[in-house]
Amino acid sequence: MVQERILPTFQATSAKIDKEEGLRLYEDMVLGRYFEDKCAEMYYRGKMFGFVHLYNGQEAVSSGVIKSMRPDDFVCSTYRDHVHALSAGVPANAVMAELFGKETGCSKGRGGSMHMFSKEHNLLGGFAFIGEGIPVALGAAFQSRYRRDALGDASADQVTAAFFGDGTTNNGQFFECLNMAALWKLPILFVVENNKWAIGMAHERASSQTEIYRKASVFGMPGYEVDGMDVLAVRDVAKQAVARARAGEGPTLIECLTYRFRGHSLADPDELRSQAEKDEWQARDPLTRMEAYLIEQNLADDAELKAIKKRIEVHVEDAVKFAESSPEPSPEELHRYIFAED
Amino acid sequence: MAETLLFNALREAVDEEMGRDETVFVIGEDVGHYGGSYKVTKGLYEKYGPLRVLDTPIAENSFTGMAVGAAMTGLRPIVEGMNMGFLLLAFNQIANNAGMLPYTSGGNYHIPMVIRGPGGVGRQLGAEHSQRLEAYFQAVPGLKIVACSTPYNAKGLLKSAIRDKNPVLFFEHVLLYNLKEDLPSDEYLVPLDKADVVRPGKDVTILTYSRMRHHVLQAVKGIEAQGFDPEVIDLISLKPIDYDTIGESIRKTHKVIIVEECMRTGGIAAEIIASINDRFFDELDAPVMRLSSQDIPTPYNGRLESLTIVQPKQIVEAVEKMMTARV
Ligand SMILES: Cc1ncc(C[n+]2csc(CCOP(=O)(O)OP(=O)(O)O)c2C)c(N)n1
Ligand SMILES: [Mg+2]
Repeated sequence: MVQERILPTFQATSAKIDKEEGLRLYEDMVLGRYFEDKCAEMYYRGKMFGFVHLYNGQEAVSSGVIKSMRPDDFVCSTYRDHVHALSAGVPANAVMAELFGKETGCSKGRGGSMHMFSKEHNLLGGFAFIGEGIPVALGAAFQSRYRRDALGDASADQVTAAFFGDGTTNNGQFFECLNMAALWKLPILFVVENNKWAIGMAHERASSQTEIYRKASVFGMPGYEVDGMDVLAVRDVAKQAVARARAGEGPTLIECLTYRFRGHSLADPDELRSQAEKDEWQARDPLTRMEAYLIEQNLADDAELKAIKKRIEVHVEDAVKFAESSPEPSPEELHRYIFAED
Repeated sequence: MAETLLFNALREAVDEEMGRDETVFVIGEDVGHYGGSYKVTKGLYEKYGPLRVLDTPIAENSFTGMAVGAAMTGLRPIVEGMNMGFLLLAFNQIANNAGMLPYTSGGNYHIPMVIRGPGGVGRQLGAEHSQRLEAYFQAVPGLKIVACSTPYNAKGLLKSAIRDKNPVLFFEHVLLYNLKEDLPSDEYLVPLDKADVVRPGKDVTILTYSRMRHHVLQAVKGIEAQGFDPEVIDLISLKPIDYDTIGESIRKTHKVIIVEECMRTGGIAAEIIASINDRFFDELDAPVMRLSSQDIPTPYNGRLESLTIVQPKQIVEAVEKMMTARV
C-alpha cells in the first residue's frame, strides 16, 4: 500500500450549523447510503441490470456540495449518479423506477443507472463516458453568464457543479474545461471525488501529479483539497466556492479525498484494493462521523437519529414498491424522444 | 434582389437569426476577431459582442460539449467547425450528447444547436482537410444532417436549422463559398427535410448533394446531347432522407444514379440504395448505380485528387450505360 495522503483537518466546531441543517445533511447522506444498499440488493435479485455503480462511502461529497447550492443551480454527474440525483432533489421513486427501467423513471426508463436526468431538478445527467459531462456542465455555467452579461438578466446567478473522479482528471476535457472556465470566469465548481481508484487503476499509477487540487493553479484558479469523508468540511469549502461563483468571481476546483466502500460497479470483483486500505477508510465512514458530531454538539440524540434512519428505510422501501408497480414503457413509444416534440 | 456570395448568404442567415432571437450565439475557433476561417461570421463580433460571438481555445470536443450544455439550458448555439474534419475530435460530444442525450434523458432535454462549417474535397488541401464527415455521422441517432449547395438554399436552410429544436449538422463546401446568386430581399426559410428537384426529367433520377450537384448539372448538357432527359434531385437533407420526393421520381423514371462526394464504403449512397431496395424495388428497371469518391485518403497531387472524386464526364457515361443496358 502506498503512503496515504494526510487528510486536511477541519475544525468541525467552526461549521456553525444549526440543528435543522445538520439533520438535513445527515438525512441526505442516510438516503444516499440506504438507497445504494437497496440497489445492490435489487441488482442481485435480478430487478435491475447493466452496470450499476454505487456511491457508498462518498456521501459527504454529494450532500456537502449539493446541499450548499440552491435548487435552481445545476448539477452534472457521471455514471455514479444515483446519489447526486437524490441530493439534487430527484425523488427516490423516480430514481429507483429508472433503475427498474420503468416509464415513471426520471429518464422514462430510457436511460438506466448511468443516465439519470431531470430537467425539473436541473440535473444535467448522468454521463456514461468519463469526462463528457464536464463540458456540458461548462455550457450550463456559460449559459448563466450569458444571461447575466449578454442579455442583462441580473437574476441569472445560477451556479453549476460538475462531479467526476480522480481517473477522469487525466482526460483532456478536464484540462480544456478548467482553462475555459477560468478564462471566462464561469460560475462552476469542479468537484473531484478522489476515491484513489479508477476501476483497477490506482491513482498514483495514472497521475504524475497526484495532488489534483494543485492543477487549478496553472489556470489561475483556486484549488482546495478537502476531507471528503467529512460532510461539514466539504460543505464549508463548497459554500465558499458557490459564493465566489455566484458573485461572478469564477470557478473553483475542489478535490475531495474520499473512498468507495464497494467495488467499482456491482460487476467488479474488487480484488485489487487491500483490506488494510479498506479498513482504514471504513473507519472514516462519513455517516458515523456526522452522527457523532450531531450528538456531541447536542444537535440530536440517539432516538432522533434512529427515527430518521427508520423513516429513510421506509422511504426507500416505498421507492422499490413504486418502481415495481410502475408500468414498463410502451413498445409503441420505442421511437419517441429521438427528436424534440412540438 | 441582391447578388450575394454563398458565404455572405450564410452570414446574413446568422446575423438575421441573432437579431431575431437573443439566445442564438456563435461559438468556435476564430469566429470573433478573425471573422471565421471562411468569413461567415465577419463583423458579427463587433455587432453582438464577445459572449454572443465566442472565440474559443482550440478544444473541439470541449467547446462542442459546452454548446450542448448551453443548448440543454435554453440557449441556441451555432458551433462553427473551422473545418468540419476537426470535428472528429468532437465525435464524442456530437454522437453521445448532441445526438443521443435527448432520447436517453427520456425527453427531459432538447438540444437546439447547429454545428456548421466547411467540408468536402477542396483544391489540394490534403487528406485531413478533405473529409466528408456526413458519411461518418449518418449513423448517429438524433442528428439531422443537411448539406447546402447554393447561396439561396444556404441562407434559407441555415435559418431553419437555427430555429430547429434538434441538433443539426450543417455541411457547407469549401469550394462553394464564392458561388453567387440573386437572393430575395424579403426573409425566407428553406425547409430542412425537403429534397430539391433541380431539373425535372423523365428518363433517369440522379440523386446528389453539396458540390456534386454542380458536377451533375455540368453533366446534364452531355446527357441531353445523347438524347436523355435526366431528373436531378439535390437531397439537401442527408438525414432524414426525403424518400417521398425520391419515390415520386422513381415512379416516373424507374432508374436511379447516385452521385456523392463521400467515399463509397459506408457512404450516403450505400444507405440510400438499401432503402430504395426496401421501399421501391418493384419500381426499378435496373439496379441503382452509385458514383462515389474512391476509398482512399484524398491525395495532395492535383491529378490524383481529381481522379479521387467523381467528374462530370463519368456521370454522362454512367447515364449512357444505364439507359442503353438491356433490361
Ligand atoms: C471514455 C471512457 N473510457 C473508459 C470508460 C470505462 N470506465 C468507466 S469508469 C472508469 C474509471 C473512472 O474512474 P474515476 O474517474 O476515478 O471515477 P470513479 O469510478 O472512481 O468514481 C473507466 C475507465 C468510460 N466509462 N468512459
Ligand atoms: Mg476514482
